[in-house]
Amino acid sequence: MDTLLLSRLQFAVTTWFHYLFVPLTLGLSFLVAILETAYVRTGDEEYKTATKFFGKLFLINFAIGIVTGITLEFQFGTNWSQYSKFVGDIFGSLLAVEATVAFFLESTFIGVWFFGWKKLSPKLHCGAIWIVAIASNISAFWIIVANAWMQHPVGYVMRNGRAELADFFAVITQKFAILEYVHTVGGAWLLGGFFVLGISAWHIARGSHVSIFRKSFKVAAIWTLVFCVFEMFQGHLNAEILGTAQPTKLAAMESHWNTANDVPMYLIAWPDEKNETNAIEALPIPGLMSFLVHYNPHGQVQGLKAVPKQDRPPVLATFLSFRLMVALGILLFWVALWAFWKRKEIEGQPLLLKILPWMIPVPYLANQIGWTLAEVGRQPWIVYGLMRTEHGVSKIDAVQVASSLGAFFLVYSLLGAVDFYLIWTYARKGPLPETLPTTSNTGKA
Amino acid sequence: MLETIWFSIWGVAWAVYFMLDGFDLGMGTLYPFLTRTDTEKRIFINAIGPFWDGNEVWLITAGGVTFAAFPLAYATMFSGLYTPLMMLLFALILRGVAFEFRGKVDSVGWRKVWDFCIVFGSFVPALLLGVAFANLFAGIPVDKEGINHGNLLTLLNPYGLVGGVFFVVMFLHHGALWLVAKTRDTLQIRAAQAASKLWVVTLLVAVAFLVHTWFATRLWQNLLTRPVFLALPLLAVVGLVASRVFLLKGRFWPAWGASSLFIVMATLFGVAGMFPNIIASSLDPAASVTAFNAASSPLTLKIMLGVVLVFLPVVIAYQTWVYVHFSDPVTEKSLSEGPSY
Repeated sequence: MDTLLLSRLQFAVTTWFHYLFVPLTLGLSFLVAILETAYVRTGDEEYKTATKFFGKLFLINFAIGIVTGITLEFQFGTNWSQYSKFVGDIFGSLLAVEATVAFFLESTFIGVWFFGWKKLSPKLHCGAIWIVAIASNISAFWIIVANAWMQHPVGYVMRNGRAELADFFAVITQKFAILEYVHTVGGAWLLGGFFVLGISAWHIARGSHVSIFRKSFKVAAIWTLVFCVFEMFQGHLNAEILGTAQPTKLAAMESHWNTANDVPMYLIAWPDEKNETNAIEALPIPGLMSFLVHYNPHGQVQGLKAVPKQDRPPVLATFLSFRLMVALGILLFWVALWAFWKRKEIEGQPLLLKILPWMIPVPYLANQIGWTLAEVGRQPWIVYGLMRTEHGVSKIDAVQVASSLGAFFLVYSLLGAVDFYLIWTYARKGPLPETLPTTSNTGKA
Repeated sequence: MLETIWFSIWGVAWAVYFMLDGFDLGMGTLYPFLTRTDTEKRIFINAIGPFWDGNEVWLITAGGVTFAAFPLAYATMFSGLYTPLMMLLFALILRGVAFEFRGKVDSVGWRKVWDFCIVFGSFVPALLLGVAFANLFAGIPVDKEGINHGNLLTLLNPYGLVGGVFFVVMFLHHGALWLVAKTRDTLQIRAAQAASKLWVVTLLVAVAFLVHTWFATRLWQNLLTRPVFLALPLLAVVGLVASRVFLLKGRFWPAWGASSLFIVMATLFGVAGMFPNIIASSLDPAASVTAFNAASSPLTLKIMLGVVLVFLPVVIAYQTWVYVHFSDPVTEKSLSEGPSY
């Protein structure tokens, strides 16, 4: 294997791994903040117990999310130095803004929150977790703006053999970036919701600390449904903008080969990349794809054949990840609706209580393949239309990359296993005795 | 002018990073040797508890500043120092999770694993950063394409190794002083004894490093062209001496502050001595990456200057607040009363 392939593999592995932890940070931070706010406003100690319980899981997850993020920043320089030279003027600044504006804030206040239970007034302490939640999500904004610029470069001029900044405001406010950001955090927030729902359901089903977990369940049920609905409707806008911003990605997502009008959407399809057609096409909904792009069932949609073969992304991977993401999103919506519907009588819903813990991995998978779609669908470009991926890689020895990739596999699998083991153990253990309210009935119901 | 300003910000970001992460890297290397029981270990670890994460962001910022202001330097440095940077990364990853994981399972073996990760993950970055910076001071064999013709062993030349040892002992001393300020009773006495011994070692290694710098680099010659910058090494010496004086007088926070001054000034001495080189090429001076040939566009430099001027003071303000607010000593009692690792 050569440096290019190894570097791509390494970036994929380290990004996937990093993104196993990021969405929970983005989503759960708000839920913990809401639970603590409920405690501060009502004085109900059970909310405090719930805050500490989910806060502990949050911290176990947070630690690994932070340290694996450093890997990604370093890799642009270590493995993608040609890319870094080419885009540093814009892309590098966005990363630097992220560190200055947001990363400092979340990393500093996470310590304040964890160590400050006794040292700060309840209001100030609650403020600390809100700062962590908001800062994490602002941090995500700058990262997404940087990624959106790779997907859809704007506000630049080509000068001195590199892309130089021409309009900072255009870069940070472009529609592509805003949509990508909203869709990413939406997915992360509903993941946080399912995490709390699943764990609360697990405890309620076993009659452990029911009155505490009923509270967290209710908060999460509302939260999760809101963002499931939001994510579906908002997601449509992301597909729509691809029609103009990345038509090739859109065509690959739908495995749509020939530019045409009145394009249907096939409920069942399977791409055949070699013969540039679909091996299977069944159950068409007439004009739907044209409609989704143009709000007009007769509109023209560009097909994959409009660009030469070497400028197309891998069709099967793009197509499958899109389909799977949408299917999982719909599944999540129905489960969220169910949980919302029964949130007030949740103890009497054994089936729902049994299903919900099993749902926790689903939004994880949806988040991962959503990113896979965004990144694989961008290929063969590292910066869409400006720089091909193979031109971005560092001129370094493949042995170095192979060694680091091996080390990442080893260290990351061990750390991932330990981290999920700890989350699993502490999630099942329930609130620690010393965090329980002294007065209310929190024993077996 | 913009390039010079950004070169200064770049240097200051590294200096602040070494000053802040320096004491927690030093503590992380030192604590098993100064403690006997698990409670003692936890007291030392919790002494850096609320701070280390925010400190490490200065590394991200220093990296980010390099990327944003000097993309060519970022690309050359990070790809050229691939293996040491990956080692640094793995060390920091293991260390970061170790703090969180260590207390989560009640087993001696479990804690030993994470104690090892903290020590390994603290010692290796200190050493590698020292080796890397000494090599940057002396120059590395990069060609005009920005490709490094050396490898890990070329970096481990005598001057690089002295630089590595210098960083390690400087951070150990800094960490010991932090522990003196943050603990009480037996542990404080032990930390003070360690700090006292480490001061002597630091002094000797610092002198060796400075002398070696005269022969191995052009730092001194470069500084002598602008003698006002000789204030930097002078202030470093003042800081190192003052840390000793304050420690003997029992004024522990000022002792740590003086050590901070020492680290900052020692770093700035090196950085100022490099100017305008960021990566001096030992093959061909024309291949050197400088603040001028590596800089971003004036527009980016201006916008980023605005961002830094607005937000860094805010960062410094709230980090200072955290340092002040969490400055009281960690003891067995405080561990049992409040949240802790």
